[in-house]
Amino acid sequence: MPYSDKVLDHYNNPRNVGSFDAKDPTVGTGLVGAPECGDVMKLQIKVNPDTGVIEDARFKTFGCGSAIASSSLATEWLKGKTVDEALAIKNTEIVEELALPPVKVHCSVLAEDAIKAALKNYQEKQDVDETIGETTEKIAKPEPAGV
Amino acid sequence: MTQMPIYMDNNATTRTDPRVVEAMLPYFTEKYGNAASRNHPFGWAAEEAGEAARGQIAGIIGASAKEVIFTSGATESSNLAIKGVAAMYKKKGNHVVTQATEHKATLDTCKRLERDGFQVTYLPVDKFGQVHAEQIREALTDKTILVSIMAANNEIGSLQPIRDIGKLCKEKGVLFHTDAVQAVGKVPLDVEDMGVDLLSLSGHKIYGPKGLGALYVRKKDPRVRLEPQIDGGGHERGMRSGTLPVPLIVGLGVACEIAKNEMATEVAHTYKLRERLREGIMSKLPESYLNGHPTERLPGNANISFAYVEGEGLMMGIKDVAVSSGSACTSASLEPSYVLRALGVGDELAHSSIRFGLGRFNTEAEVDFVIELVVREVNRLREMSPLYEMVQAGIDIKKIEWASH
Repeated sequence: MPYSDKVLDHYNNPRNVGSFDAKDPTVGTGLVGAPECGDVMKLQIKVNPDTGVIEDARFKTFGCGSAIASSSLATEWLKGKTVDEALAIKNTEIVEELALPPVKVHCSVLAEDAIKAALKNYQEKQDVDETIGETTEKIAKPEPAGV
Repeated sequence: MTQMPIYMDNNATTRTDPRVVEAMLPYFTEKYGNAASRNHPFGWAAEEAGEAARGQIAGIIGASAKEVIFTSGATESSNLAIKGVAAMYKKKGNHVVTQATEHKATLDTCKRLERDGFQVTYLPVDKFGQVHAEQIREALTDKTILVSIMAANNEIGSLQPIRDIGKLCKEKGVLFHTDAVQAVGKVPLDVEDMGVDLLSLSGHKIYGPKGLGALYVRKKDPRVRLEPQIDGGGHERGMRSGTLPVPLIVGLGVACEIAKNEMATEVAHTYKLRERLREGIMSKLPESYLNGHPTERLPGNANISFAYVEGEGLMMGIKDVAVSSGSACTSASLEPSYVLRALGVGDELAHSSIRFGLGRFNTEAEVDFVIELVVREVNRLREMSPLYEMVQAGIDIKKIEWASH
């Protein structure tokens, strides 16, 4: 199965690989997938608390080239969006942008899940901040502590 | 300079040896007769060539020429052996014994038999992918008519104790079929010494043409009878009708002749390359694991799992090297290799596996190039892997409750 040029580009030159401190209250972390399924994505956003705009994003992915490309693309798209705008990103847009074949659609679904999980984690931190007035380490998915 | 791309998938198929191609050519354009035409020189030439090839093929497994039946490939050979025995001996019994890591040509054929009312025992393998004669002894019943165990596994290269199994089957009066597709030319085979009654082999795995296989069918002690699966002109002693593809048959004959004559040097060559590759990669990459038996395996096969890196993702990084992966991403099923799972290799490591198949035409320079490339790409992908990051941070990823998808 030949890969599209865009998948190859993201695979060979992945954007925004890396990690933020998951304990940072301005960071939202999403960890989705499972090693035994062959795909795990960790996607993180760093939000400007004053503007609500995602200023930076990072990912790390265990998976095939299409999974790596989907998460790399997701970090590019997240930057500069507000949390609400980011919630509107659909996996079908990723499929279209990367020209993913049907057997790779699940990679885009996982990327959308990772985005949603990261946003949810960030929002939960804000909700807790508002009600309790302190930061929390609560996270949507099991937290990769210390990473 | 090493030429790209590099072919290192010789367990999937092989390049047809130029000597084989050369031997085949006249049978397309000059000696194109039908081997069943008994009344003119074209037919005689074709028949003669076919019979000579039968002898060459029989020679590599210690059989006689009359015991070799031509088929379209080893898948058909195994279908004919298993279904043919089942149909012919069903009054004697309805039980077949095989094992979990067989090729699909055997497993799917056995599943069909089950739908047709047969009982099939799928024996588990040990962590090296091997079954043992004692397991088979315990599985046999008075209804068992056939045991089918491969000689060598296509994914992990593990060799099976064929002689022990053959001896047991003789003792119990049960027919023994072996899928020897991967073993022919790499492991000495002798159907008499090993007590084999039926043996499947394929042309394209041994530098011969695609589209041709053979089935060895024992003629005496006992004389094995098969219900044909393809009816027609009664070719191949009535067991497999259809005009003989003489050019392919000539090719398989020459491929077997070469494989037999050059087995010692070829085994030494592929073993040396395999060990160079295995050591070169595994000494530089911690948490890489060889799947299958460490020594009792095909000389050219190295199946290695690279923890924290997904197999298909890695294949993309080494796209100038043709290899295979047990990763589910290479199939639509989302299930990783059933062979690796049967060994007890966890799903995560099954997803991380790469099969390297060294063959006749590989070189040391190619191996050195592949070592460097694989090490570089695995390290790059590990730096990109959340699992690797977690393990570096001291997190036990097995204890995390992952959300399956």
